[in-house]
Amino acid sequence: MIIRGDEPEQIALLKKLYPKGNYFMQGDEAIAYGAIFAGCRFYAGYPITPASEIAETMARELPKVRGYYIQMEDEIGSIAAIIGASWTGLKSMTATSGPGFSLMMENLGYAIMTETPIVVVDVQRSGPSTGQATKGAQGDFFQARWGTHGDHPIVAISPISVEDSFWETIRAFNISEKLRIPVVLLTDGVIGHAREQIRIPDPEEVEIVYRKLPKNEEEAKYPFGDVDGSLVPPMPLFGHGYFTHVTGSTHKETGLRDVYTPEVHIKLVNRLHKKVEKHEKEIEKWEEHFTDDMEILVISWGVSARPSFGAVLRAREEGIKVGLFIPKTVHPFPGRRVKELARKVRAILVPEMNLGQLILEVQRYVNDDVILKGVNKIGGVPLTVEEILREIRGVWDG
Amino acid sequence: MAEKTKYKMARYLRKEALPTALCPGCGGGTVLNAFANAIDQLKLDPRDLVVVSGIGCSAWIASPYFLADTLHTTHGRAIAFATGVKVGLPDKKVVVISGDGDLAGIGGNHLIHAARRNIDITVILVNNFIYGMTGGQVAPTTPFGARTTTTPYRNIEHPLNIAEVIAEAGASYVARWTTAHVYQLIESMKKALQVKGFSLVEAISQCPVQFGRRNKMKEPAEMLRWFLKNSIPISKAKNMSREELEGKFVIGEFVNRQRPEFTEELNKLIEELTGQSGPGDENAD
Repeated sequence: MIIRGDEPEQIALLKKLYPKGNYFMQGDEAIAYGAIFAGCRFYAGYPITPASEIAETMARELPKVRGYYIQMEDEIGSIAAIIGASWTGLKSMTATSGPGFSLMMENLGYAIMTETPIVVVDVQRSGPSTGQATKGAQGDFFQARWGTHGDHPIVAISPISVEDSFWETIRAFNISEKLRIPVVLLTDGVIGHAREQIRIPDPEEVEIVYRKLPKNEEEAKYPFGDVDGSLVPPMPLFGHGYFTHVTGSTHKETGLRDVYTPEVHIKLVNRLHKKVEKHEKEIEKWEEHFTDDMEILVISWGVSARPSFGAVLRAREEGIKVGLFIPKTVHPFPGRRVKELARKVRAILVPEMNLGQLILEVQRYVNDDVILKGVNKIGGVPLTVEEILREIRGVWDG
Repeated sequence: MAEKTKYKMARYLRKEALPTALCPGCGGGTVLNAFANAIDQLKLDPRDLVVVSGIGCSAWIASPYFLADTLHTTHGRAIAFATGVKVGLPDKKVVVISGDGDLAGIGGNHLIHAARRNIDITVILVNNFIYGMTGGQVAPTTPFGARTTTTPYRNIEHPLNIAEVIAEAGASYVARWTTAHVYQLIESMKKALQVKGFSLVEAISQCPVQFGRRNKMKEPAEMLRWFLKNSIPISKAKNMSREELEGKFVIGEFVNRQRPEFTEELNKLIEELTGQSGPGDENAD
């Protein structure tokens, strides 16, 4: 049975099972509940630290809302299964961490090329390779962007807290469904395993989106054509007698393969990019604090955004004019806004749990006369307020 | 189509995708023909069919040529994709048609686990002993001693006995035939499509261009004669030793049994937990 998540029976079920109110839970669990509220009714996964709690929560909760959980034989099979399920109309998700995310890269590209809405959660852990398996990190910033081969657009979202994990998962599904694209939720082992209070809303407070379906047989003939000017084709799901053909090879608007005509490839790949660019306003999201009156700007993301906020608050108490910018959608990167903000400051600090990744993206939007400095930490222990504050004071006094 | 075709199965084909890309003499056409006949004889509506394939020549047999919902996936992963499709559409027939390198080489683990899970997917595994599309490299099914572009002297590895492995892994139905046994192939495809649970039909098929040419069988007919000469019915093979069976093709039904099926179990579990029929049930197929 194909459930979209917004059926009155489903709303009633969610209200009964998860009454609105305050809960105490892990970031990973919040992702699972966010997915369920977003209408996700198919999950395929493979155990991996620190993402396993998402699978465990889905295995326990999905059947209660008439959803399907399956543990696959590996991460490649997991992402493959969710793509297959998505073509039947089920909102689908998988979750993993670095090593599994690496294995998923080929099929992430397949989902991009076939315009299949799915959500892939990467609970980042310390790498490379097996690294510090149980420790959080932010080393997959560019893997999320460029991990799969070839020219491609990607949307990646990064929550900063447990409650944020709930809401950003819903946003990931909505963008994925609206644009018929895979969305990566780039969280980390620190937030994933942290326990905090979160407010579970009434399901009616949650706006959820379901993919556009063909209005008639004629529209269904073009599963990869821009039939209505939105650049997002309606999705002719399997099982409806449309004889839909889906391939990861370069294909025409009908779906049939044509790998020899340059124009077919150029048109397809350009449209895939343009559909993301065209809807950029709906995709982009960030937080700003104290950016009206600042000389120093801190730009941080995910787990590092919180000690950054603490450090900025403390610095403000000390009279330091510092602002904070937190991209929640990290890809596509909100470069235009960063460029505007960068013009107002003399220094930019970029705290992150890696040896410098977001900073490379920031660099593209900052003039040479602005001091740009990373605040980097690896080893599995998150940055502290004190560590970031020290750097803020350093550039303020310097 | 203005031009009338005498081929009765043409109505099951995606005409705009024809002619096929298969080489002259390829066994793929025989498999496609057998599959279309199986569908026709069972009077299955192609609207109730989803065909999934991977990468390689044999993945092309039904995709895009068969007129159904067709999902042409990444190398080795067709069965994993099909798993998601089957869970979403438990009332449809989900069929994977792909090759030996794709399903038993790079994708071998998915094949084993789908059989273990006994999910109601029919796999038609076209075994031509070779990686054809990439130029005739050795496969996990290439006979011992055979020549390929990457075993230019002789193959020093032993082939995987796919049907035997999958029967052991827990499939409801497993059969093996060759393209020289078309009627038996059709009958087994029909059984596979009807059985509840995981089913595998291994179709040994000729690749005269990439395999036969390098192994003294450049004519398709020579390969078919090779199949016939070396085929041993499974009833007879049971009394033969491994050594005696070296280089032979054991044909017939390996297993045909009832076991709990995955999507049924999954839905049963959901019913147990929800304790009621859910939204939309009254509109279900």
